[in-house]
Amino acid sequence: MDLTLSTEMQAFRDEVCAFLAAELPPELAEKGRRHQSLDKRDYEFWHAKLNDRGWLAPNWPKRFGGAEWDAVQRTIFEDECAMAHAPRVVPFGLSMLGPVLHKFGSEAQQNHWLPRILDGSDWWCQGYSEPGAGSDLAALKTAAARDGEHYVVNGQKTWTTLGQHANMIFCLVRTDPAAKKQEGISFLLIDMDTPGVEVRPITLIDGGAEVNEVWFTDVRVPVENLVGQENAGWTYAKYLLTHERTNIAGVGFSRAGLAAVKRIATRARQRGRPLIENPHFAARVAQVEMDLMAMATTNLRIVSRAAAGQAPGVESSLLKIKGTQIRQEITDLARRAAGPHALPFASEAVEGSNEPLPDPLEAGAVAASYFNNRKLSIFGGSNEIQREIYAKHLMKGAS
Amino acid sequence: MNFDLTEERQMLQDTLRRFLAEAQGDVWSGLAELGVIAALFSEEQGGFGGAGFDLALVFEELGRADLSLPLIDAVLVPGRLLAGLGEDVSGLMDGTERLALAHTEANGRYDLEWVETRADGDRLSGEKSAVIAASTADRLIVSARHSGAPDDTAGIGLWLVDPDAPGLTRRSYALAQGGEAADISLSDTPGTRLTEEGFDALADTMAAGLLAQTAETLGAMETALTMTQDYLGTRKQFGRPIGSFQALSHRMVDLMVAQEQARSAVILAAAHLDHPAEERDRVLSAAKNILGRTGQLVAEETIQLHGGIGMTDEYALSRFAKRIVMADHRFGDTDHHMERFIALGL
Ligand SMILES: Cc1cc2nc3c(=O)[nH]c(=O)nc-3n(C[C@H](O)[C@H](O)[C@H](O)COP(=O)(O)OP(=O)(O)OC[C@H]3O[C@@H](n4cnc5c(N)ncnc54)[C@H](O)[C@@H]3O)c2cc1C
Repeated sequence: MDLTLSTEMQAFRDEVCAFLAAELPPELAEKGRRHQSLDKRDYEFWHAKLNDRGWLAPNWPKRFGGAEWDAVQRTIFEDECAMAHAPRVVPFGLSMLGPVLHKFGSEAQQNHWLPRILDGSDWWCQGYSEPGAGSDLAALKTAAARDGEHYVVNGQKTWTTLGQHANMIFCLVRTDPAAKKQEGISFLLIDMDTPGVEVRPITLIDGGAEVNEVWFTDVRVPVENLVGQENAGWTYAKYLLTHERTNIAGVGFSRAGLAAVKRIATRARQRGRPLIENPHFAARVAQVEMDLMAMATTNLRIVSRAAAGQAPGVESSLLKIKGTQIRQEITDLARRAAGPHALPFASEAVEGSNEPLPDPLEAGAVAASYFNNRKLSIFGGSNEIQREIYAKHLMKGAS
Repeated sequence: MNFDLTEERQMLQDTLRRFLAEAQGDVWSGLAELGVIAALFSEEQGGFGGAGFDLALVFEELGRADLSLPLIDAVLVPGRLLAGLGEDVSGLMDGTERLALAHTEANGRYDLEWVETRADGDRLSGEKSAVIAASTADRLIVSARHSGAPDDTAGIGLWLVDPDAPGLTRRSYALAQGGEAADISLSDTPGTRLTEEGFDALADTMAAGLLAQTAETLGAMETALTMTQDYLGTRKQFGRPIGSFQALSHRMVDLMVAQEQARSAVILAAAHLDHPAEERDRVLSAAKNILGRTGQLVAEETIQLHGGIGMTDEYALSRFAKRIVMADHRFGDTDHHMERFIALGL
């Protein structure tokens, strides 16, 4: 066993750090550090920077314009970006739709849609969940009925992340109402400018507007926007979910978050001394740091097993559970560290809140971030569903 | 031993619960009319209650309701402080007046004695932070130090200050739990002195505030749990109510265990409010620590058991969860009270 990174990988890490130092504007990193929401153009700016460098699509094959990195390289890249507070790469086109089109898309679809993801012509969002179909995704009802050279789509998607910025949505729709649940589902690409598509924002617990409802009323979608075979969408959907689960451990986010906790606790005063010197608080920080050390290694052990361009298997459920627990503990610590200074609440929903809040610890919106990050254990397959997946795998003999 | 409410308190609880369930418009004067505010003060102070159990019952009910009223900060804390110093609080009791206590400071964290604001005679200079209910206050009570180091309990006086007094500025902002607070800056601002040595009065008042805060949090936990129990019974996934999944129903039971712990902690605290300070503070610290821990568990788990809907601003659960969690940032957090409990002797 040898836990050191190869010289090649060390050089790669240095290259990533140099890139971030040169290309990531400090104002943009500061927004991330303070848990401020990013504008559409912040994301677009960062996508363009990465694309210029050829690093926008780490998991794509080279023939489609990707970097074709292996899982270890991707992990290094993602961790360094997170620690630098770079904007997140919007995953819907790059990590989700991209791999599906590589594997199941027609040549015409690949030629048309893939370059547009890279150059920013299209902003994709994910239309899977519905009000009645969350964990039980196959219960989805949004219907697409064939009418000549079109499908006519009716129904509602919800929780659509950043749908307000998107011009395209990939949807799971029901094309055969008579078939059994998982059968009869198709994978459809829908232009959101088509008449009958309506996006309504949902305000979340932190006052932010990152998710939406998307309504479809007699929306006409050309049949060439069907991916793969009609009624075979469930297979593609599952394939996509395994890719959604890469970087699920979020090690870089945890490292950045832990550094922030230490910074806040060094500035915060308790009886004139830095809070970080309080043994009780220090013990809380230390415990999470130890857990993170071990989890980062678990992450590398698991991802290094996955071959280039592939996603890890059922173990990704373990990474999701532990990774999100640690991230949530860290946002909890940041809120605690700020103490009474966590009370002022910045919210996009509060009118006239343009004036910056008092923030003597320069902690940023720690309470809002704590509440917002409750989502980590709910989306992308809730932690209960991850346990179900892994339990099925473990308990094969028991059923 | 008897764990039942007295007949009067039972009546007050029933009336208040009914009133809050239908409350609309001017809730504040409605509460005053019902005698809810008077229930927070003793007979000598012009009220008809003021005991720990009166506070616990009123604030538990307020906590259960989907409202964010700064009754602790605009009435209970400043009112009991003033009344304790022999001042007239009839304006508070009939609902026509509101006050605020400007005490906490940026470097003070949760330590009551930490005061850097200076008093030069009756002129005050310094910065107070996160003063809840400041923008609606007709008068402010301001603590300032005329002598000693920032962490001395001696040397802290209290003054009544007009919010429009020269040299005073207020900067308001929203709070995660609803309502607002302000940072207040004083520069040679005149005040009317209430007392030269105010620490003990502050400590007694904050004890009442802490009790009220734990009771309010308990009430919010009750509603969050009822909503979750209902949701587990009605939300269907995989063709059945999600409450039929043992992975969820057992966690719901753990939350009920937490709720009972929280309730007992509040009852204990209420029973000890008028005990000698050391005895009282040990039990109050236990309550605040327990409410901090059980509250966080309940807030996080009720959101989780709801799934995405629990994360939305529109659904009331998110407001209860925010109130429960942010209560830990007031009157000393879980860790502060762990340390105080230890300091008072294991
Ligand atoms: C911030 C945010 C962003 C999102 N972004 C997107 C997006 O861009 N696109 C998209 O399609 N979706 C998105 N989602 C939706 C997300 O995938 C769903 O919220 C998730 O699948 C859970 O579904 P639900 O919210 O309906 O909860 P439910 O499925 O109703 O679950 C409620 C509770 O029951 C538990 N549960 C359900 N079934 C079982 C079981 N069999 N055993 C044990 N426990 C169970 C769940 O874990 C949860 O605790 C997002 C959600 C959030 C919160």
